[in-house]
Order: sequence, then C-alpha cells, then structure tokens
Amino acid sequence: MADGSKVLDVAGVSKRFGDLEVLSDISFQVAKGETVCVLGPSGSGKSTLLRCINWLERPDAGQIYLTGTEIGVTGAGIVMSDRELSRLRTRIGMVFQHFALWPHLTVLQNLMEAPIQVQKRPSAEVRDEALALLAKVGLSDKRDAFPAKLSGGQKQRVGIARALAMRPDLLLFDEPTSALDPELVGEVLVVMRELAHEGMTMVVVTHEMGFARDAATRILFLDRGRVVETAPPERFFSAPETERARQFIQRYAGHVANGGCRT
Amino acid sequence: MIHDFGIVWSERNLLLSGLGNTTILSVLSAAAALLIAFVLTPALMSKQQWLAGIVRGFVDGMRCVPFLLFAYIVYYGLPSVGLRLDNWTSGLVALTIYNAAYMAEILRGAWAAQPREPIEAGIAFGFSNLGLFRRIVLPPLLLAAGPVIGNQMIQIIKDSAFLTIIALPELTHAASSIQSRHYVPFAAFITAVFLYWGLCLVIEAGVSSIDRLAMARR
Ligand SMILES: Nc1ncnc2c1ncn2[C@@H]1O[C@H](COP(=O)(O)OP(=O)(O)OP(=O)(O)O)[C@@H](O)[C@H]1O
Ligand SMILES: [Mg+2]
Repeated sequence: MADGSKVLDVAGVSKRFGDLEVLSDISFQVAKGETVCVLGPSGSGKSTLLRCINWLERPDAGQIYLTGTEIGVTGAGIVMSDRELSRLRTRIGMVFQHFALWPHLTVLQNLMEAPIQVQKRPSAEVRDEALALLAKVGLSDKRDAFPAKLSGGQKQRVGIARALAMRPDLLLFDEPTSALDPELVGEVLVVMRELAHEGMTMVVVTHEMGFARDAATRILFLDRGRVVETAPPERFFSAPETERARQFIQRYAGHVANGGCRT
Repeated sequence: MIHDFGIVWSERNLLLSGLGNTTILSVLSAAAALLIAFVLTPALMSKQQWLAGIVRGFVDGMRCVPFLLFAYIVYYGLPSVGLRLDNWTSGLVALTIYNAAYMAEILRGAWAAQPREPIEAGIAFGFSNLGLFRRIVLPPLLLAAGPVIGNQMIQIIKDSAFLTIIALPELTHAASSIQSRHYVPFAAFITAVFLYWGLCLVIEAGVSSIDRLAMARR
C-alpha cells in the first residue's frame, strides 16, 4: 500500500524489453531529504529504473507512488491521460547524462521554459527564482549564453538548475558526471553535495564512489535488474553482504582509498 | 534593343502586379505547405504502421509527379469529378499540396537527425502533445531545416511559373502577355528572369538570417 510519509515508493516494479527482463520486482522507498545512490554494473537496469519512476518507460508491473499518489495509473486503475501524467512529472526533476538542454534556448530560458509553459507560474516570479538558481550553481554570467557555448560541467550545472526551477519533490540523476572530462566532474559534484546537504530528496545513479560514500544516506545496489543489496554507505562499502557487491566495489571503488573517485 | 526595354518599362505596372502575384502565391502556398507538413511529419514518424504507410505513400507519390501535370489535374481534371475551382484557388491548392509533400520529407529528415535527449527532457519536464511539439521539438527543427526549407521556397517560386497555363496573372504570365502584345520576347523574358532572381535573393537573405540564429546556437 502507498506510504504517504515517503516521497517515493517503488513497489514491485518489473520491466522487460522483448525477452530481456531488465527490472525484476524492484521495491524501495525514499524518505524526504534522503539521497539514495543507485550503483550497479553497466546494463544492470539503473537508467531503466529511473525512467520507469517518471514513466518515460512504462513499467510492466508494480506501482510507483510520489508522496502517496500513484504515477501513471488513476485511482480507478486505468492508465492516466497525458495531461495528468505530465502534471505529476513536473514534480520530479530529472538530470540527464548528456545534459539534454534545449539547444534553441539560452541558459536562463532553459530554466524558465517549463515553469512558465507547463506549470503556468507567473513569469516575473519564475525569472527571479531562475536567476537565484543560476547564482547558486555559479553561472550568473552565462545566463544569456546558448548551451552549445558551455563546457560540459557548466551544461550539467544548468541541467541541475533547470530541474530545480520546477520546485520538484524529487530529483533523479542519471550518471550526471559520466559524460564529463575528469577535471570538470568536481564542479558538478560540489553542487550535488550541496543539494544533498540542504535536504533535497534525490535518487542518483552514479559511478562516483566518492560521492556515494559521503553524500548518500543509502546505497541501492542493482545487479541484473534486481536490488541485490541496500545499506547505508558505510556498511555497503566496508562490509558488503553479497559476493556481487564485493566484486563491484573492488572494481570501481578501489580508487576511493587513493583519494580519487573516478572509475 | 534599348527601345525594347523601353516598351517593357512602359508596361511596368503589369510586370509588378505579376511579381506581386507570384510573391503572394509563393508565400501563401509555402506557409500552408509548411503547416500541413507539421501534421504530415508526425504521421510519417508515427508508430501506427497504417498511418505512416498512408502518408508515406502520399509523400512519395507526390514527389514523383511533375508539377505541371499535377496543376493540370487540379484545374482541368477535378471538374470532371464535380469539383470546380477557379484559377487562383486551383493554383494555390496545387502548389500547397504538392509542396507539403516535400516539406514533410524535409522536416522528417531534420527531425530524425535531432538528438533524442532534449525531447525526452521535454517529456520529463511535463510537456506533452502539442506543447511538446511547438515548444521543444519544432524550434530546433526549423533552425536545422531552415536552409533546405529556403531552397524549397525557391523551388515553389519557380514552380509557380507553370501556373501561367491556367491563366493565373503571375510574373511569367505578365511577361508573356507583354511579349505577345509588343513582340519584344527577349526584353520581356529577361526582365522577368531578373525579377525572379531578385525574389530569390530576398529568400536567400531570409535563409542566411535563420542560419545566423542557428550558428549562435551551435
Ligand atoms: N529501449 C530499450 N529497448 C531494448 N532494450 C533496452 C532498452 N533500454 C535499455 N535496454 C536494455 O536494458 C538493459 C538495461 O539497460 P539500462 O540502460 O537500464 O542499464 P544501466 O544500468 O543504466 O547501464 P549503464 O551503466 O551502461 O548506463 C540493457 O541490456 C539495455 O541494452
Ligand atoms: Mg544508464
């Protein structure tokens, strides 16, 4: 049953592409202010899980609740209209691996587009908030630049600000630093750490073990479409319960001990 | 020879109204063709096989018909199935429908070349249906396809000359009436050629300003 005290409640979600079962019976909950890091080898279904949460992919089975409201299906058990689904999606911010900024709009316009066009909020208010968000991610001077003229790190900070401009209840990150040059990863992680610290509710798919270790409240370890392990980061990294997790940590997190966090 | 051009000059009002009509015909039918293409293109890319198939058939078929023949069918052929259009309506309808097929194919190509992620982001941020198309999909598409659409505009201007055969008073029609009235074929037709060229230069200028917008975003 839906647990309204949780921001996100994923209950028994499964998804298959043809013969391939990508997610099998995934269940977890995220409380307000939590940062859950989703780890797992390539192809384990991490992106698919995020895309199921806001119904970019339609799950084959299971339910997803956002603060107690089921996503994708109405109370009567029928699939939502595009309009209803869109309204729920505006409450979930998403940050993409390849930024996915809108290329025809300036940085400031990227932040203001959905709040004005979709949420129908007054543009003066949206603009003030967008300017404040740009200041927060350190890009006030880029407000009139087009995305193509920014570095990867700057693009991703715009991507985060754009998601925050929706005042979302939940932020989803899909490998937000994987497409960045190593020297640009830090500036994005700084912003994400700050959000985690401020109590933003986040689900972060990442290969940045350093970030997972010190910013996550909980680790969700996925392997072949199943949640194999879920634990606080201290326990997950120091005493993983499963052999799969142990191997994974050895492969990816070996660098953490040396102070680096890239894989 | 100078004298011949003097005769053409004395008929400048006729030529200018021909130029005006050519411009009106081309602009109206290009705009209408583009609007129809906005509907055809999503249909071409639809997951509904039957819908995509029907539209694909129309687009491919239309692009294989010579425009002159199509204009004949609309003006002379349709009355035999009970649909009689005057020459202006026939001309506009023929140019519009014919070029809608080209515009749809142009937009489809540009659409297929667009990265998927920004559109996904649009969906994730709550855009859907018409809003998604209008605010997220279309603007980059038009910027990318601007030069090709401009080319097609030029094609439309040239195709509109065929409409002289249904007695539409456009530029070619004006030039040919001047020549038949005064027997100054070279002067009359060369003048028309230069006026067409001027029209194309205006289009080119429009295209390069779209290109500048696109460059700023690349
Ligand atoms: N639309 C799709 N159609 C068919 N198969 C898909 C589709 N999307 C994902 N898959 C497959 O599902 C599996 C899980 O993909 P997913 O992208 O969720 O993995 P991931 O954990 O995010 O991997 P990575 O770390 O490489 O991003 C992969 O085998 C992938 O090939
Ligand atoms: Mg992925």
